[in-house]
Amino acid sequence: MDRRSFVQGSLAAAGVLAIGGAATKARAAGPIKIGAVIDTSGPLEVFGQNKLRGLQIGVDELNEAGGLLGRQIQLVHRDTQSNNQLFAQYARELTAGERVDVVFGATTSSSREIVRPVVNRAKVPYFYNTNYEGGVCQRTTYCTSTTPAQMVEPLLPALIEKHGKKIYFLGADYNYGQISAYATKAIAKAHGAEVIGAEFFPLDASSFGATINRIQSAKPDIVHTVFVGPAHGSFWGQWASAGMVGKIPVSSQTFGLAGEQLRMPPEVSEGIYVCLNYFEEVSTPENERFLTRFKAKFGSSYGYISEASMAEYQALKLWAEAAKKSNGTDADAIERAAKAGLSVLAPSGNVLLDAKTNHCILDMSLARMSGGKFIIEKKFAGVRPSNYGDQCDLIKNPNTNKQFEPKL
Amino acid sequence: MRALQSHVTTIGTLVAGIVLVGIVPFAVAPFTLADLTLYAAMAILAMSLGFIWGFGGILSFGQSVFFGVGGYTYAIVALNFDSPSLALLAAIAVAVTGALLLGYFIFWGRLSDVYLAVITLTISLIFFMLMNSMSSSIYRIGDVPIGGYNGIPGIPPLVVPGTDRSLSVAETYVLVVTVALLVYLGLSWLIRTKFGRILCSIKENEVRAELLGYDARLYKLAAFAVGAAIAGMAGALFAVYSGLINPDVFGIGFSAQIIVWVMLGGLGTLIGPALGAVLIQMLVVWLGKVQVIDANMALGVLFIVAVLLVPAGLVPRLQGLLAVAFGNLARSRP
Amino acid sequence: MALVLHDMNGLLMDLLAITLLEIFYGIASLALISLGLAIIFGMLRVINFAHGEFLMIGGFSFIMLTSAGVNMWIAMLIGAPLIVGLLGIVVERVVIRNLYGRIVETILATWGLSLFLMGAASLLFGYFQRGVSPPFGTLKIGNYQEGVYSIFVIVLAAAVYLSTYLVLRYTKLGLIARATMQNPEMASSLGVAREKVYAVTFFCGAALTGLAGAVLAPIAGVVPTSGLAYIARSFITVITGGATVIAGTGIASVLFGTVSQLTAILTRPVWGEAALLLTAVILLRFLPAGITGRYFRNGL
Repeated sequence: MDRRSFVQGSLAAAGVLAIGGAATKARAAGPIKIGAVIDTSGPLEVFGQNKLRGLQIGVDELNEAGGLLGRQIQLVHRDTQSNNQLFAQYARELTAGERVDVVFGATTSSSREIVRPVVNRAKVPYFYNTNYEGGVCQRTTYCTSTTPAQMVEPLLPALIEKHGKKIYFLGADYNYGQISAYATKAIAKAHGAEVIGAEFFPLDASSFGATINRIQSAKPDIVHTVFVGPAHGSFWGQWASAGMVGKIPVSSQTFGLAGEQLRMPPEVSEGIYVCLNYFEEVSTPENERFLTRFKAKFGSSYGYISEASMAEYQALKLWAEAAKKSNGTDADAIERAAKAGLSVLAPSGNVLLDAKTNHCILDMSLARMSGGKFIIEKKFAGVRPSNYGDQCDLIKNPNTNKQFEPKL
Repeated sequence: MRALQSHVTTIGTLVAGIVLVGIVPFAVAPFTLADLTLYAAMAILAMSLGFIWGFGGILSFGQSVFFGVGGYTYAIVALNFDSPSLALLAAIAVAVTGALLLGYFIFWGRLSDVYLAVITLTISLIFFMLMNSMSSSIYRIGDVPIGGYNGIPGIPPLVVPGTDRSLSVAETYVLVVTVALLVYLGLSWLIRTKFGRILCSIKENEVRAELLGYDARLYKLAAFAVGAAIAGMAGALFAVYSGLINPDVFGIGFSAQIIVWVMLGGLGTLIGPALGAVLIQMLVVWLGKVQVIDANMALGVLFIVAVLLVPAGLVPRLQGLLAVAFGNLARSRP
Repeated sequence: MALVLHDMNGLLMDLLAITLLEIFYGIASLALISLGLAIIFGMLRVINFAHGEFLMIGGFSFIMLTSAGVNMWIAMLIGAPLIVGLLGIVVERVVIRNLYGRIVETILATWGLSLFLMGAASLLFGYFQRGVSPPFGTLKIGNYQEGVYSIFVIVLAAAVYLSTYLVLRYTKLGLIARATMQNPEMASSLGVAREKVYAVTFFCGAALTGLAGAVLAPIAGVVPTSGLAYIARSFITVITGGATVIAGTGIASVLFGTVSQLTAILTRPVWGEAALLLTAVILLRFLPAGITGRYFRNGL
């Protein structure tokens, strides 16, 4: 570094400090701002509407209890319209313009990877609350929803024990589907079972007849699926039409996240196994309180609160707990609390932040569709998130900034 | 008259340049500059389609292919070789190569009209599907995984050539806006050259132009390649802006969006498509902010109303109004 | 040994039968979703980009009527076509009528319409309307089992194509429609009310689209964004088919359905989709006015 650039650097740093100081003072007077980049129109609206509502309930609760650190909370939402381009724009506007204290949201992994660098650079904590393929490792990014291992690890052994050892995998032909297939194979192997077939479908594929025929001739004991989006909904109709419901048990990693069970006639969805962090049917006092509140505010035609929307609420609680613990809302304060051990009692059970990966250790529920409703069959406490090859360790290497993948 | 028009274009661009480059960066917040950078990149893309469609008669649903290929090439080269400047050149080169191949395929097959639109749309969808399906980490070019649906994240910003200092937000803005203005000037010039006039005559009546001895296919191919070069560059600048490129850029929604920009702004002009791109994006951002009505519904109604009320597009309509106003003014003078 | 051989033969026959059924189903569903678009494009030269949303509204009409207690078959074969047909008339009157002969403007207007209908459907119906399960039982072919509903879809598609052909070829209505499309001035000077013919044609195209949406709803389910899954495929089928409604779209459906299903069965689903698109590209390149552009100039 030459002298001039050193001087420039110091001046810039001083400027940033001055502005930062002024901003902190200005901020202390007003409300604490929560930025949300959530799709409430376009194809991903099916997740977004209730995700936003989950945050609104959380904010109401905090404000009624007198706010956070003596300040009121204000939710600043931007409708990203299922359009990736808007994520960068709103993330910049929220962090630099609105000067929010924290950012929540994004559904797809690509939109997260647009938001994340912007929010990270602005030194604002970021909470990503959608189930995804796992592996994000960065000190101020918190991924609070489930990763594939958390769904498959409790689910498959239970099914293998009950139905048999031959598994057929069907998945969306994209990152989440591929990595889920990998997790499925690994866990099957560990339990003496075998994946006898794996097929992947482009996101707009809607024709599953040939696959169903292949399954009929392969005669697996379990069909495990990771379907995404409206086109893939055709699978269930074709499966039912071919008379397969009840013939071979089917499990899914995605069924119910977008309220599929409400759309599907009960005869079609009968018997589908799902293992998620949260169902409306979970019976905890926290959940009852939450549902009462939710229905009082939003009525009863909201569809279904799935894990996708509950994760936003739980993340908000987690963040508020962190802010309380370290008496501050900046990225350092939240990180400090996270490293010291952070947990909240949420509607789904105990949510514990894993300081090593910034992912959550969650309680999982195994449910089976019956008569158009989820019936919870089994609960698993404290299921750990995926950490591929143990590569992510934010305690040892706090400056890691990447998304790890399993080594295939 | 033509000379006068060319002077008006040059002077207008110069004034716009002074305002956009000389004043705006000091007047607005950095995040607004970042937004403007995006709009400028998209305006470049819109002009590229405005050129080949409005002046070459090539209605391509595949302009997004060159945009996307440019973006992906930039990402892959910049991440592999750690050289953003090389990556920018590569993006343009790959887009042009693609356009020459595709253009040869299309124009030598005498495809036109709606059939050309569909074949380009289909090619765009093939890219969409293939890119989406390359999510396994075995699909990589050099050290960079294609990334499937999730795309390629962590795309590096541009640097000052010869150094490794990244451009700041304001510098990137100035660069992209300057490029947009240069593209505008360059295309305006190209349209006025002999090449441009022949291209227009082919658009008006291809048979007549061929009878006069011009090989329509060759001219269309050249125009297509120029459009692709510009679109590829826009794609690279977009990748710089958003830091991530994913197969969305090959989707039918994005393809249609570019066509909408051009039509609303005004087919047959260059400034129209650019303006259309900027205005619609600002509107979309605003809709997501105020949230009084479902953004899709609002945009849908706007498009329908615009087609019915301003069928020629915004800029030609304004030009018409101005011409009338100035005409009256000129007549009222003694 | 003989017994084993017989078994092998039997297995192969089963596989062949089930594979053929899959291919026919693929063709039939493609043909069904494309026909309405083909009529509107072939006869009116209007590209309806809201076609996917017409399918979606057909599906919603069907499940809403059924859940309101209407008989399933009445809802599917009469209710949904009628509702979407009426929607078509409104759209024709308000938007399309002003844009005949301006193919590009109709693309923009119907694209706007598509966005509008998607937003409107999400407000009106939302994402949580309970669907209807596919009726009929199953058919057993050796080791395999196939829904009878698939056979119903195949038969229905054939019936719809046949009746459309008969109407266009042998009825007065069909004659008037064809005459108006081929030479509007001449037809109108012979006393045909051109506007009425356009409206009726649009109604028919929209109604057939509504029917297709309803027929596919028990299999695919319906959400406001369902249309997105259909639009590209039907668009490509219709344009590749060329301007003749029945022959073009029919041939294109057969070709694409066979190629994509066979490829999907033999390789992976993603290659099935890719094969469909590649076939379209190659066909358009070598038959630049669509399959029937050259050979069936005055056909149907």
